[in-house]
Amino acid sequence: MKLPAPPRPKFLRRSPPRPGRNGPNGRDGAPATAKPGVKDTATEGAASLVGWLDERTGTTPFLRYFLYRKVPKGTNWYYTLGTATLFAFLSQAVTGVFLAMYYEPDPTRAYESASRITNEVFLGEFVRGMHKWGATVMIILIFLHMARTFFFGAYKYPRELNWIIGVVLLVLTLAMGLTGYLLPFDQRSFWATVVAVNINASGPVVGPYLADFLRAGAEFGPTTISRFYALHMLAIPGLIIALIGAHLYLVVKLGTTAPPWLKAEKKDLLREEV
Amino acid sequence: MADPPKFDKSSRYTEGRGLAGAFEGETVTRRRLMEGTVLVTGGIATMAFALPGLGFALGPIFEDTTPTRWQDVGRRDDFNDETYVPRVINLVPEIGDPGKTTIYVRRYNPKRDKRVKGQDPQPYVAISTRCAHLGCPVRYIQASQKFVCPCHGGVYGFEGQVEGGPPVRPLDRFYTRVRGGRVEIGDRFSLNSELKRFSPRDPSNHLDGLWQYIYPSRPTT
Repeated sequence: MKLPAPPRPKFLRRSPPRPGRNGPNGRDGAPATAKPGVKDTATEGAASLVGWLDERTGTTPFLRYFLYRKVPKGTNWYYTLGTATLFAFLSQAVTGVFLAMYYEPDPTRAYESASRITNEVFLGEFVRGMHKWGATVMIILIFLHMARTFFFGAYKYPRELNWIIGVVLLVLTLAMGLTGYLLPFDQRSFWATVVAVNINASGPVVGPYLADFLRAGAEFGPTTISRFYALHMLAIPGLIIALIGAHLYLVVKLGTTAPPWLKAEKKDLLREEV
Repeated sequence: MADPPKFDKSSRYTEGRGLAGAFEGETVTRRRLMEGTVLVTGGIATMAFALPGLGFALGPIFEDTTPTRWQDVGRRDDFNDETYVPRVINLVPEIGDPGKTTIYVRRYNPKRDKRVKGQDPQPYVAISTRCAHLGCPVRYIQASQKFVCPCHGGVYGFEGQVEGGPPVRPLDRFYTRVRGGRVEIGDRFSLNSELKRFSPRDPSNHLDGLWQYIYPSRPTT
């Protein structure tokens, strides 16, 4: 006599087939499809997670508006210089965070720690090199982006404010160059900073106070490096990030301009991208 | 037909202005009061951290960061009144090598040195090597008896007075004194073209003519 098999725990039991076209109870009585595989489960799980987030944040409509907005005819590769600058900044931010893990902003240890990054830390030379050359690349890209805006007349009404924000961003980037130059703390960076601070001191009325603020006193002192370091990695990048946000917001809100060589057409002024 | 109620827009009272939910004798609406309260409390809360933080960052402008420190640089006979002897002193001892600087020292020469009215001459002349243009280190050339700056070509004479290039005033000096037969170096001071003493200034700050008025001295000196 055959004993009935003990009931299997729930997680081992086959789930009943979903009602549908192909199920055994479907309309055409086809055999049941295979159980969804790991891949299907993963895809479905990811999709439902994205859906969960999307439903609560409204990312899709925002991204659709942000990425699929209409651009004028004649938009060309020169219009990518701003994004290129943004990526240069992101690269500086990421490499800078990693450099900060090894760097010590102290006048007696700064040079040692910087040379340890170059000579001993795994890939340190590469990351420091990226940060150093990336700074130059970022300045070059900013000026190319600025030249594009100027020669295409893209600074005119209603985009004047975005030009002004851009100029502030340029000045802040140059300030990043100034404050970052001291940090390796070799002869060149020390004397360059001494001269740069004294150039600040030559400004009328506020100059001497500005120099004392930068040096943290009348002479290059124990906290000058940490002051430059705090400005370089916290204060100025924070301002830059905030202003990049405002810059991009205005770009999206106002749209971009057509190149100046493009004559306005009577019809089809804006062509919808398919 | 009754006349519509008459309201006076310039009335002091919300009731008189005909606002919804007005109270008798009320002059400021509750919405307006709430706006004011939020602005004032928000402002106070922001100032409570922003002002101390700002003062903390700006502090070095208003405090004396270079306390007086007399440093021994040698015996009296180590120096003469005809030529300079280089010495190294510590401006900021806490930071090691970057805090050191070279100075040039000689005895005061009553025949050669210019005497400034109403001002006692220092027993020794201790010249700072910080160029008065932008702060590069100058060097004394014995053959020509001049100080020369490598950066932008500033040239100074035997007493540190400007003889050429961009510097705006003579080289700074340090106070000197003699204690127990040894020469000691004290605080820095700046000079104008008449070699009159002023509180220490940054390089590039003028001390002559109208220019001196756009370069204020430090609050602490």
